[in-house]
Amino acid sequence: MIIESQRNPAEARFQQQIDAGDYWLQRIEAGQTLRITDLEGNQAADTLFFNADDTAERYSMSDTLRGQNNVFLTAGSVLRSNFDRPMLTITADTCGRHDTLGGACSCESNTVRYDLEKRHMHSCRDSWMLAVAEQPEFGLTRRDITHNINFFMNVPVTQDGGLTFADGISAPGKYVEMLAHINVLVLISNCPQLNNPCNGYNPTPILVSVW
Amino acid sequence: MKPYQTLLPSGAHWSLVMRCGSALTLTDVEGGANVGLLFYNPENLLERYNAPDTLKCQHTFRLTAGHCLYSDMGRIFCGIEHDSFGWHESVCGTLNAAQTAARFGASTYQQARNLRHQNGYDSFLVELAKYGLGQRDIASCLNLFAQVRADDSGTLQLERQGAAGASVRLRFAMDTLVLLHTCPHPLSASQDYPRQPVQIELDAQHAPLPAMCLERDENQRGLRNNALYQLQGEM
Repeated sequence: MIIESQRNPAEARFQQQIDAGDYWLQRIEAGQTLRITDLEGNQAADTLFFNADDTAERYSMSDTLRGQNNVFLTAGSVLRSNFDRPMLTITADTCGRHDTLGGACSCESNTVRYDLEKRHMHSCRDSWMLAVAEQPEFGLTRRDITHNINFFMNVPVTQDGGLTFADGISAPGKYVEMLAHINVLVLISNCPQLNNPCNGYNPTPILVSVW
Repeated sequence: MKPYQTLLPSGAHWSLVMRCGSALTLTDVEGGANVGLLFYNPENLLERYNAPDTLKCQHTFRLTAGHCLYSDMGRIFCGIEHDSFGWHESVCGTLNAAQTAARFGASTYQQARNLRHQNGYDSFLVELAKYGLGQRDIASCLNLFAQVRADDSGTLQLERQGAAGASVRLRFAMDTLVLLHTCPHPLSASQDYPRQPVQIELDAQHAPLPAMCLERDENQRGLRNNALYQLQGEM
């Protein structure tokens, strides 16, 4: 569902560009709004959320899917935790569909999907591993790295139970915006994948804004 | 050695280590049973079953015979060697205590003894704690005997659950800690707490992954990752 935001980027309290292949780990307070903008189009922003006050509580793909009885995320979707509590609600979305089935790329899954000799290539999960290693003050470890959201990615399910990685429906300047209901840690990997069309074989920067 | 067989009532949980090459067969004896499954590497409990990797590596939403179940390290825990049901799902997760009480009514041990309305989330927690694991280690589980389809608009529906005598055999490609429960599927349409038992058979007779599990190039590469990890087989 396409819903535009009334927020003015000039009034954001925080803005930062995240280059492809980098991570961003920040605390957002309850009541604040986070916007992720796909600056050049066809990018994938692999995102995890944690309860900032108890990181054992985190975004849950299955609780979120069950809560809305639908596999796609868009405006109106409530992002639920593994304790089945609302963490954030998507309040605006100019892309229209985001994925949470496909998980993040990793050098390990790249060996399976493409070639064992691609294990050296950069991946989202490696960005997250660096994040938890570099910033131990957030209390996250590898145990907390689990099923994520792929903002701007299009992964339809077919009637006979197939999973397809379709061409992106995102475009330059498309954004998704969400309101935090609790204090959350946001951990984004701006996807560096070069082996599939999830980011058009051309990883590009995203912009995060907080109001 | 003769295979070991046991009947697990609904609302139960168990865990065991399956050795590389052994087989685990689960049978929906009466029809309508659910089995939630999670897998871990007993040598490194941080390595766990990963549903998104499993689905995307094989471009599938539905899991059936010929599919492999992957760890988050690109290795194959096991392959589905036999499946007479045809569709299992791995995105719906499991119900917690509050959800189970809301769905089927609360029923405590004090009230109902072992017929209480046990939930899958607590079942996993109990088994996880036996290995020093906890809430942070739960991933999206595999739910057997549950045909969950998503339509073009993404709406999820449990179309078919269970069939009397339906069975699934998992052939293990590495040593695997298996956690399982027989609590209700999250989308169960049953009015009352489901009571169908699950028969479990453990077969120590070793066999390699069957050819049907290696038809996809991805699964051949996954098995090579196993061989590299174990430094044996086709590396």
